[in-house]
Parts: sequence; structure tokens; C-alpha cells
Amino acid sequence: MVQVVAKTGNEAMAEAMRQINPDVVAAYPITPATEIVMIFSQFVADGLVDTVYVPVESEHSAMSATIAASAAGARAMTGTSSQGLALMYEMLPIASALRLPIVMPEVNRALSGPINIHNDHSDTFAARDFGWIQIFSENSQEAYDNMLQAVKIAEHPKVKLPAMVTTDGFIISHCLEKIEILDDGTVKEYIGKFPAYTKLLDTSNPITLGALDLQNYYFEHKRQVAEAMKTSKDIILEIGKDFGKKFGREYGFFEKYKLDDAEMAIVCLGSFAGSAKAVIDEYREKGVKIGLLKIRVYRPFPDEEIAAALEHLKAVAVVEKCDGFAAKGGPLYDEIKSCLYDKKQRPLVIDYITGLGGREITHSQIIEIFDELKHTASSGKIKEAVQYKGVR
Amino acid sequence: MAQELGWKELPEGDALKAGTAADFHTGDWRSKRPIKDDKTCINCLFCYIYCPDSAVKVKDGKVIEIDYNYCKGCGICENVCPVKPVKAIKMVSER
Ligand code: SF4
Ligand code: SF4
Repeated sequence: MVQVVAKTGNEAMAEAMRQINPDVVAAYPITPATEIVMIFSQFVADGLVDTVYVPVESEHSAMSATIAASAAGARAMTGTSSQGLALMYEMLPIASALRLPIVMPEVNRALSGPINIHNDHSDTFAARDFGWIQIFSENSQEAYDNMLQAVKIAEHPKVKLPAMVTTDGFIISHCLEKIEILDDGTVKEYIGKFPAYTKLLDTSNPITLGALDLQNYYFEHKRQVAEAMKTSKDIILEIGKDFGKKFGREYGFFEKYKLDDAEMAIVCLGSFAGSAKAVIDEYREKGVKIGLLKIRVYRPFPDEEIAAALEHLKAVAVVEKCDGFAAKGGPLYDEIKSCLYDKKQRPLVIDYITGLGGREITHSQIIEIFDELKHTASSGKIKEAVQYKGVR
Repeated sequence: MAQELGWKELPEGDALKAGTAADFHTGDWRSKRPIKDDKTCINCLFCYIYCPDSAVKVKDGKVIEIDYNYCKGCGICENVCPVKPVKAIKMVSER
């Protein structure tokens, strides 16, 4: 039975965690993700879950304890944001190297410094190369749905990789929205029993985990992670489709909004897609053929699929909340341009770095972007390839 | 040593069956070696319990030898040896 409830992004993620009922959660609070583990710790205190809750003293320890629990054979989770994720960086590639299917909600927030608690994508983008699956959400409903699917994806025998599911700090994490929640029994049946591929505590089959892995084996282990990441693409699609069949909301690598017949498009991730769609509707009414591609799965990066969805366009605006400080545009711009490289016909691509530190992206800024896109499409010329939108 | 496996055959996740250190002589980079004095040793077996590499060999409740193939020269045995004023196990330079 489906229940319609009002939940913030954090509440939706905590609710998903309650229904997943992990064996171990080790966590340390950080704004704006604090509520997820705080609400969850209340579930533990109230006896609503069977979870062992480990209140650690830092995010480094949170990830370490989660890795240890997962390696011991438990379904283990944690949650974090920004500096917390950054403090986990040392441990993140260990989780993927050990092939531990940890699922972690991550609330996207600017990286310090200067210190800031609001949304951008610099924390999660910086963790893109650690062998973690990264799934972005536009709203609370997607956050909830993505959490459930992430468990299935991470724990799939052909994947066995950790996954983070992200929302945007405050914009999603603290905004109340109407969402559909499945009933506990349905979720329990959907996610199934934890497969426990690694069982460090199985004393009748003792193993050494994380042994020194030098020139003769490290490369092979990394090759396996690369392959699992590649294979996960099929599994992500399979699980997204199945989710649609079972619960009515289908998911893929990305969402196409009025894209197929479009001449221009915006490419973005997360909550900004909602604002962009509203402005797209206004332009569509005026007969302007503009669309949107909202990336849901950022790792693995669905490059061929994105290229196929964008190749027919005249101009594309990448709108991203991160500057990689590479002096050549942000990371998403890089990847969108690179995936289009092999296409005979390809759109002109402009990068708009925007929204850093939670800076609002206004309606009039979106209009400016669209108007420039129109001009670029008709003139066939890019005025300025990398731009900062909304900075004084 | 078994043949080195390719990525398709290698067990996933850097998980090995336990005890593989026995396949290698892990003590060959030792710079100091422990020397035991059989005359003062009281066979308390502290060194045996604390040795991180199971290099102290015991038989019938007595330390019989130190296996230098596995002793890495950490000096823990000397540190824990309770015999006074001169410890019954002493680290000496390999050269
Ligand atoms: S030096 Fe270290 S490794 Fe060698 S026997 Fe003593 S405790 Fe064991
Ligand atoms: S700790 Fe010292 S006294 Fe005890 S068994 Fe070892 S060498 Fe002998």
C-alpha cells in the first residue's frame, strides 16, 4: 500500500533507511545532512529498527566503521555532507576496492573554505573518482526512490560497489514536499536479504582483507572495479525499469524533458532541474524549441547515452554548481564536451558555473542563459565558452 | 608461489584466504635480530604471546627457537621480556 506523506528530503532519506533496516549505521552529524542520521537514531532508540547504531567521533571513523561492518557481513550505512564527505575521502576508495555495497545518503553542500553550509556540488564531484556509484536526486521523492534502488544496485552480484545518493542541501534536504512512501513490507521484500559477499567474522572460513597489494596485484584489483562500474550501467537501467514496473516511477541514467524535438538544451543535475523545467515551459509556449537533460547517474558516467541524447542539438548549456579550478570550466562541462567529441554532428557547448555556496539561481538568470543559447544556436558561434552566472 | 592471476580470475575485493604470509619469508628485511639467553630465560612466554609474526616457537611450555624467516626484528619480544636487570632476549644489529 502506498502512503502519501509530507516529507523533507532528509526525512524521506531517513524513512528509506528505516525501511531498509540496515544492520549497522555509523554516523557523525553535519549540516545539512544531520537530520538524516538524527532521525534514524531516534528510530533506533524507539526500537523501530534492528540496527546497531555507532555514534563515532568523526566522518573518517563513520566511514571506517561502516566499511568494517560491511566487511564483517552486515548491511551497513552512513550519511554525510561536504566537509564530512571530504573527511571520508581517504576511506572511500577502500570501500570500493574491498567491493563493499555500502549505501550512503550525501547532501550536496559547498566545500570550505570559506566556510559555508549551503548547496553546491563541489563535495560530491570531488569524490567522483573513488569507485562509488553516484546518484543525484531532483526532489524528495527521487531521493526516497533512489535510496531503495541504490541498495539493489550496490548489492547486485555483478556490481558489489558502494553507492551514494545525493540531494541538494536545504533546497531538497529541508524543504517539505508531498511524496509517496511504500509500505514497510513491500520495501523489505523489494530489497531482500543482504547478500554478504564478504564475511570477515566467519571464523570457519578465515580471510585476510585489505592485504598489501603491490605492483603485482593492485592493477588487477583496480581493473575489476573499473569493470564493475561498467557493468553497473546495465544493472542501474534494469533496476530503474523494474522499479517503474513495480511502483510506477521509472528511472534511467537521466531524465529527458522536452528534449527529443528540441534545438537547444540545458544539462544539469539535482534540484536546479525543477526551476529550469518551469522556464522551459514558458519558452515552449512561445514556440522556442528548448529542452533539458537532467543527469541522475553521474558515476558511472553514461557518456554514450548522453551523447546520443544531445547530438541532434544546435547548442547546449551545461549548468553546474561546481568549479573544478582547472582554468577550463567545470567538471561536468568537461565530460559533456568529451562525450560529444566522437559525434560527427555535435552541439556548441557553453559552461555556466553557478550557484556556488548556495547562491540563488534566479528566473531572470535562467532567461539570460536561454537567450544566449538561442543566439548561439542561430549564429553558430559561442561568445564566451565558460561563464560565471550570478557572481558579482 | 602460485601463478599470478589476471583480473578475471582473481578473487574480487582484495580478499585472500587467511595465513598466506606463511608462503613468504617475511623476515628478510630485518635490521635487528632478537637473541635469547637460554640461561636467564624463565619461559614466561611473554615474547611468544606478543610476537606479531608468530616467530617465537614454543614446545612443551618452553621457547625453543626464533624463526628468523618470519621475525621482522620489531623488538617487541625484548620490550616485554620481564627478566631483570638484563633482559633474557636482546636485539642485536644484523651487522
Ligand atoms: S623481534 Fe618482533 S618479530 Fe622478531 S621475534 Fe621479536 S617480537 Fe617476534
Ligand atoms: S619474555 Fe623473556 S623470559 Fe619470557 S619467555 Fe621470552 S625470553 Fe624468556
